[in-house]
Amino acid sequence: MNLTELDLCGLKEAIDAGRCSALEATTAYLERIEALNPAINAYHEVYAQRALDQARLADEGHRPGPLSGLPISIKDNLCTEYGRTTCSSRMLAEFEAPYTATVVKRLEAAGAVILGKTNMDEFAMGSSSEHCAWGPVRNPWDTERGPGGSAGGAAAAAAAWLCAGGLGSDTGGSIRQPAAYCGVVGLKPTYGRVSRYGLVAFASSLDQIGPVTRSVRDSALLMNVISGHDPLDSTSSSHPVDDFLAGLEEPPARLRIGLARQYLGEGNHAAVKAAVDQAVKILSGAGAQIIEVDLPHTEYGIPTYYIVATSEASSNLARYDGVHYGHRTRNAKDLVDLYAASRAEGFGDEVKRRIMLGTYALSSGYFDAYYVRALKVRRLIRRDFDQAFENCDVLLCPTTTDPAFVAGKNADDPLSMYLNDVYTVNANLAGIPGISIPGGLAEVDGVALPVGVQLLGPMFEEARLLRIARLLEREIGLGLCPPVVSRV
Amino acid sequence: MSQRVSDEEVRHAAMLSRLKLTDEQIHHFAVQLSDIVGYVDKLAELDVEGVEPMAHAAELTNVLREDVPQGGLTVEQALANSPETYEGHFRVIKVLGEGSGA
Repeated sequence: MNLTELDLCGLKEAIDAGRCSALEATTAYLERIEALNPAINAYHEVYAQRALDQARLADEGHRPGPLSGLPISIKDNLCTEYGRTTCSSRMLAEFEAPYTATVVKRLEAAGAVILGKTNMDEFAMGSSSEHCAWGPVRNPWDTERGPGGSAGGAAAAAAAWLCAGGLGSDTGGSIRQPAAYCGVVGLKPTYGRVSRYGLVAFASSLDQIGPVTRSVRDSALLMNVISGHDPLDSTSSSHPVDDFLAGLEEPPARLRIGLARQYLGEGNHAAVKAAVDQAVKILSGAGAQIIEVDLPHTEYGIPTYYIVATSEASSNLARYDGVHYGHRTRNAKDLVDLYAASRAEGFGDEVKRRIMLGTYALSSGYFDAYYVRALKVRRLIRRDFDQAFENCDVLLCPTTTDPAFVAGKNADDPLSMYLNDVYTVNANLAGIPGISIPGGLAEVDGVALPVGVQLLGPMFEEARLLRIARLLEREIGLGLCPPVVSRV
Repeated sequence: MSQRVSDEEVRHAAMLSRLKLTDEQIHHFAVQLSDIVGYVDKLAELDVEGVEPMAHAAELTNVLREDVPQGGLTVEQALANSPETYEGHFRVIKVLGEGSGA
C-alpha cells in the first residue's frame, strides 16, 4: 500500500486500525518530498527530524487528539517557534518567530505531525505563487503552469501527495483559487471562525486561515481542530463551533441553491461552465430547488478589494523597518534611509506595488475618493449576499474563470493578475465562508487541468457548505490525480 | 499621453511608504499604478450616498476581557531577530542626517 495515496481521514483509519504506523506514513511523505519537491517547489522548509520524532511519539501511544500521527503542511506565513517563518520574502529570510500561531498549536495539540512550510506568493500577495523569493511553485498537473496563489505551495503539496493535508490562508481567494487550479478542496472559513494569532498579517479585515485538502471530509476534520474563539485574537468569534464531520454524509433537506448570472457570464472557460452545469444537475437531481439570485455589485469586488487590501497592507507592512527584525541594508546614511533601503531590498516588486497603492489610497486628497468609497461599496457587496441568502441556502458558482495559466503569463501585468480573483474576493469582503472543490477537467493544449466549483454560504454556515460539497464530491467522483504523482 | 498616476505622485507614495526607488522604478510603477487606479475609478460609478462604510466583516465593538497578568516575551526573545542590538536594546544608526527632514 502506498500510504501517501490516502487522504487524511483514510490515513487516520489506517493508523488507528494498526494497518500502518505514523512513522511509516511520515517517512513515506518525507521520501516523496525529497523526490518531487525539486520539480514542484511546494515546500520551503521541511522539518524532517522533528516530524519523525513527533510520529514516533504517536506510535509510542502519545495520541492526544483526532490528528494523532497525521502529516500536515502549513503555509509559510504561520509562525512557529521552530524553523523559520519567511512569508516567501527576502525580508524575513532568517526570521525565527518567538511564538507559535494558535492554529499550529491546535494542530499539534490534536497530535498532528508538522512536515514543513509551504511556499506562497510573497506576503500572500499574488494569484500565481510566482512572486516567491524561493522560486516559483509549479502545478503538479503541468509543471509549465503555476498552481495559483497565494497558497500555491499548500495546494500543490496536497495535489502531489506531498502532505496528507495542509493549512493555507485566504485574503482574496488564496486558498480557493489554487485549490481549483490543483484539483483539491480549499475552504475559506467565515471571518472570525479561526484565530489569526500568529498569521503574518496582510489585510487584517480579510485574512482567514483554512484547510487545503484532498477530500471534503478532510476539510471537515481540520475545521473541527482549528475553529473556535481564541483569547489572543479579539476578532475571533465566540459563535458555537459545529462538529463538521457529524452529518457530513447527509445532504440538507429542501435545499435552495442560488445561481447568480454575475458569476456565469461569457467569460468562463467551457470546462468551467460544464462543471457548474454538472453541479446544478447533481443538486437538482438530489431534490434541490435552483433559484436565480441577483448580486448586482459583483463587478465592483475587484476594485474594492484592491483598495481595502492594499490600504491595510500598507499599514501592516510598515512594521518591517530593518530594526526590530527582518532584513537590514548595509548601505544607509541615516535612519530614514535605513528604513527605505532595507524595505526596498527586502520586498519584491508586487509587495512594493501594493504598499504604494495602499499608501496612495490612504493619502491626503485621495482617502475619501478611494478608501472610504471602497468601504461603502464593501457594504453594498455584503448586502447583496444578505439579500441573496434570504432566498437561497448557498450560492453555487465557479471558483475561477479558467484553468491554471502558464507560468509568467501575467508576470508584469498586475491588473490582469488581479482579475483572476474575480469570483473569490467578494466572500472575503463580506466575511462569508466559501469552499472550492474539484468540479471537472479541462483539456488545454493536450493537457488535462482541473477546474473548481465554489459554494458560498451565510456567516458561520461552514457545516452546510461541507455537506453540500460532500454530496457533489460523491457524485462527481473524479478521484483527481495529477500525472506527476506516478513519477515516484 | 498623460498618466493617471504621475511619477511625482508615486515618488511621494514611495517616500511615505519608506521605499527607496530609482527614477526608472518610479516610472515603471507609475505606469502600472495608472492602469490599476484607472480600473479602480469604476467605483465612482456607484451612488454611495448614505451608505455606512464597512471596515470589518465581524463588526465587533469593545471586545473586553479580564485584566489578568500573563507572561510575554523576554528581552532576549524580543531582540533575537534584530539585525543589531546593543546591551539589551535595538541598535540603529544615527537618526539625524541628510534624509531626516522628511
